This record gives sequence, structure tokens and C-alpha cells, in this order.
Amino acid sequence: MANDTDETAVDGPLPVVPFLKGADGQDPYLEGHECGGCGAIFLGERTTCSNCGARDQMVAKRLSNHGKLYSYSIVFRSFPGIEVPYISAIVDLEGGGTLKGNLIDIEPDPANLSFDMPVEVVFADALGRKDRDGNSYVSYFFKPAA
Amino acid sequence: MSDVYVVGVDMIKFGRFPDRTVPQIGAESALLALDDAGLKIQDMQALYCGNLGQANAMVGQRILQEIGQTGVAVVNCANACATGATAFREAWMSIKAGVYDCVLAVGVEQMGKGLLGGAGGGAGIPKEGLLGSGTMPAVFAEAGMEHARHYGTTFEQFAKVSVKNHHHSTLNPKAMYQIETPLETVMNAEMISYPNTKLMCSVNVDGSAAAVLVSEKKAKELGMQRAVRIKASVLASDPFTDRDLVMPDVNAVTRIAAKQAYEMAGLGADDVDLVELHDCFATAEILHYENLGLCADGEAGRMIDDGEVALGGRVPVNVSGGLLSKGHPLGATGIANIYEVCTHLRGEAGGRQVEGARIGMTHVIGLGSACGIHILEKVA
Repeated sequence: MANDTDETAVDGPLPVVPFLKGADGQDPYLEGHECGGCGAIFLGERTTCSNCGARDQMVAKRLSNHGKLYSYSIVFRSFPGIEVPYISAIVDLEGGGTLKGNLIDIEPDPANLSFDMPVEVVFADALGRKDRDGNSYVSYFFKPAA
Repeated sequence: MSDVYVVGVDMIKFGRFPDRTVPQIGAESALLALDDAGLKIQDMQALYCGNLGQANAMVGQRILQEIGQTGVAVVNCANACATGATAFREAWMSIKAGVYDCVLAVGVEQMGKGLLGGAGGGAGIPKEGLLGSGTMPAVFAEAGMEHARHYGTTFEQFAKVSVKNHHHSTLNPKAMYQIETPLETVMNAEMISYPNTKLMCSVNVDGSAAAVLVSEKKAKELGMQRAVRIKASVLASDPFTDRDLVMPDVNAVTRIAAKQAYEMAGLGADDVDLVELHDCFATAEILHYENLGLCADGEAGRMIDDGEVALGGRVPVNVSGGLLSKGHPLGATGIANIYEVCTHLRGEAGGRQVEGARIGMTHVIGLGSACGIHILEKVA
């Protein structure tokens, strides 16, 4: 494996998921794929639409950094080593696309959360988590929008 | 096509059996179901076995290695928490197709303790607690909060589901627990994933359940006194909905299955006398009152408040104690709930008997997603 550069540390941080683009630059963003047949939006690359079955009509689309809180849970017990509590949020993005992530910069209390509250997608280091090769990662988070 | 009947069905008392093997646990309920039918393993023309944890390890064959290696066809099924229902349905289909007259379905699971699920696997770094949560309590909490979003359902209403099901299980000697849990106890239990407290999460247990299914011809030979007719057997997968790939949509898949089941049975929700539905979390049960048509959309909170789904109510739900208190051995659950409904239709449910029950429904959800629904009818 000595020559396998894929497995060794790289210069910049890596994206936490493949649909986070530009992780090592100044302008990270989330990329969806929109079906040319029916308009369904997916996270991550694919060739066939699971809504209408159209093939090879997917078009990459930069997703909005603005959205609304659709649903959530406040997680108090997770796997060993995972810091709790945290808000697991489902967010609908403006212009389409739904994703799950941590909602940060707000006290995790149901009294502070309201459905459809505006949130912003922000990008930051992945809570210090590194892979086995020591690579750091950029993740997306939600925070309450002003 | 012949109607299909359940002539033998049973489950073991759910518990924790770390010193036993999965085939041993499965074999026990298989023998109980054969005894209930008054039949022998040599009478079975095929075995449909549901198990998730050892899905690659020929559990069905290993059960026969415990109770009788007759050389019959064995099919091993895995379909998340719909595994048992899937095995039962495969058995049903084999008779419906006219291939066999008499087959055995077994569901079995040996569980560890602790959380199931987890966000994102694969390469890179762990995603749990970074990209939200993929733990089951959180996933079903999010599904419950979607209901709260639409209809204002409260933490207290979700908690009442757990109070009810724990109460029911005090009347079920085969349930894992027989413990009353008053509302304040449920609401003040350790919060796992808001709004699901520890007492609002299903219990990880070991268990098995089994059923003998036969054709009409065979049922008549055996006698119909305790036979239960399978009026509908349906399996659906998750249709495309806008958020399903991020937030599994347990509603749409259940609605597809329920519609097909009522059509197949020629019955409506008003005809159903009792329901065993997939209360993997208290939040989930509320959703399925509406998904199964037991009430109109938006009425589920009122239903639990008014006691309509409690034993003695309009349509008792999870009188066994449900997954919340009877326990949830994943691969066994879909046959254990058939055992429960059959026991009521036979009038043999003792202190938890739903009086006059003629039609019962079972429902399971395998996240990812599969929905299995069966409608069962008293014969004699």
C-alpha cells in the first residue's frame, strides 16, 4: 500500500459527504442533482431518478444556504464518545432539497425551537473528527438565521 | 385460489437468553406452533424463516437441525423490522399459489442491548452527532415531531401511548415486562431523543414466534374450530416522497399497504376490532392511527386522549403491550403480532381479551422501508 496515495493524508480538509463541494476552498457549498424529467432533487450524484425513472437527465444544482426547520429531535443519548445533547434537524432548503444535520448556536430546548424557523447553512471543521490517516474534514451545520 | 388459514400459532415469552443460540430460540416457538396445530414437523412442506441478525447464516435450516431435518424447502428472509411479516407472507403466498398445503413460518431474533441505527457509515469519519442523528429513537422522534408540526401533537400525548401499552402488558404473561408506568413516570424517565424518553422506546429482547399456515382443504381436514382466516396479506416499499431519502417516510408506505389490505379483505377500518401496530417508539404509534385509517388525519392525539385505543375502547391497539413493553425481537415481531391477534379471535386472550373480536389487523414497519400488513378473521 506504500504507493496508494488515496489512503494517506492530503493537504486540505476533505468534505464530510461527497455532495459538499469546495471543501478546501473559500466557497464551500452543497450540491444537489435535479431530475430534468420531474424536478425531484437528490443529494449526491446519480443517473436515474427514483421518482419518475428518467435516466441520464440529472443536472447538478447548487443548493441554497437558506432554509427552514421542518422537523427535529433533541438527542440526549447517542453512541459512546458522541457529545450530547444536540439537535438533529431536518431542514428544507429554499429552492428545493432537504437535508439532516446538527442545528448549532442555539440551546437544545424545545422551547427555543419552532417549526419553519429560518436557518442558515454554515460550513466548519467537523468537530475535530479526523480519519485514520489524520485527515480533517469540513462539515455543514445549521444555525438560526438572523 | 384457496383461502389460507392459520391453524397453529404461538410465541415464547420474550426475554433475554444470552446462553441460547438463535436456532434454539426459534425452534422453541416452532414446536409450540406445531403443538398448537396438532401437527408434526413431518407435516410441514416448507419453512419460511425470518431473522435479521444472522441473515447470512441459514437460520431456517439450523432450526430444522434442532427439530427435524425433513429435506423441505427453506427460505430465509430479512426485511428489517418487517422480517417476520415477510416470512409469514412468503408462507401465505406459497399456499395461495397452490404449491403447498401446509407450511411453517418462524420469526426469531437475539438482540443485544443499546441503541440501534447510526447516521452514515462508510468511509471517512463518523457522522453520528455531526450530521444529526441516525439512531432509531431520533429518527422516530423526528417522524413524531412532523406530526406535531402538522397537528400540534404534544409530548404528553406521545407519552400516553407508552402508559397504555405498558398497562396492557400487565395482562400479558408473555410480555417482557408487566409493570405499570404512570404518565409522570414515562415523562420523567431518561430523555433519549426528545420527545421519546426511555420508556417510550421499544425494548430490545430475544424472542421467537411461529405459525402453521394451511390451505382451505387442509384446514377442513384438521377442523375449523380454532382456525383463523387470512383475509389480506400485503407488503409495500417506500414510494418516492420529497424527504424520504433523508427522513424515512413511514407514513406513505403504511398508507399504501393499508389501502391494499382493506381492498384485498373487502373490509374497512371500521370493521377492525383490534390492531397490533408497530409501536417501535411511542411517537410512531400515534402516526399509524391515521395511516391505518383508524381515525381521520389530525385525530390521533384526540384518540389517545379519549382512550379509544385502550383495551375496552373503540379499537384497542397493542393490547399485547406492544413493542414498547412486550418487547421487539426484530425478526420475531411480525409473527408475534399475528399470534396476539389470533389469540383474541380465538377468544383465548384471558384478562386482555378484546370481547367479541372477529377481525384483527397486524402492522409492521421495517425502516428503509417495508410495511407488512395482515388482516385476520375469526372463522368459527
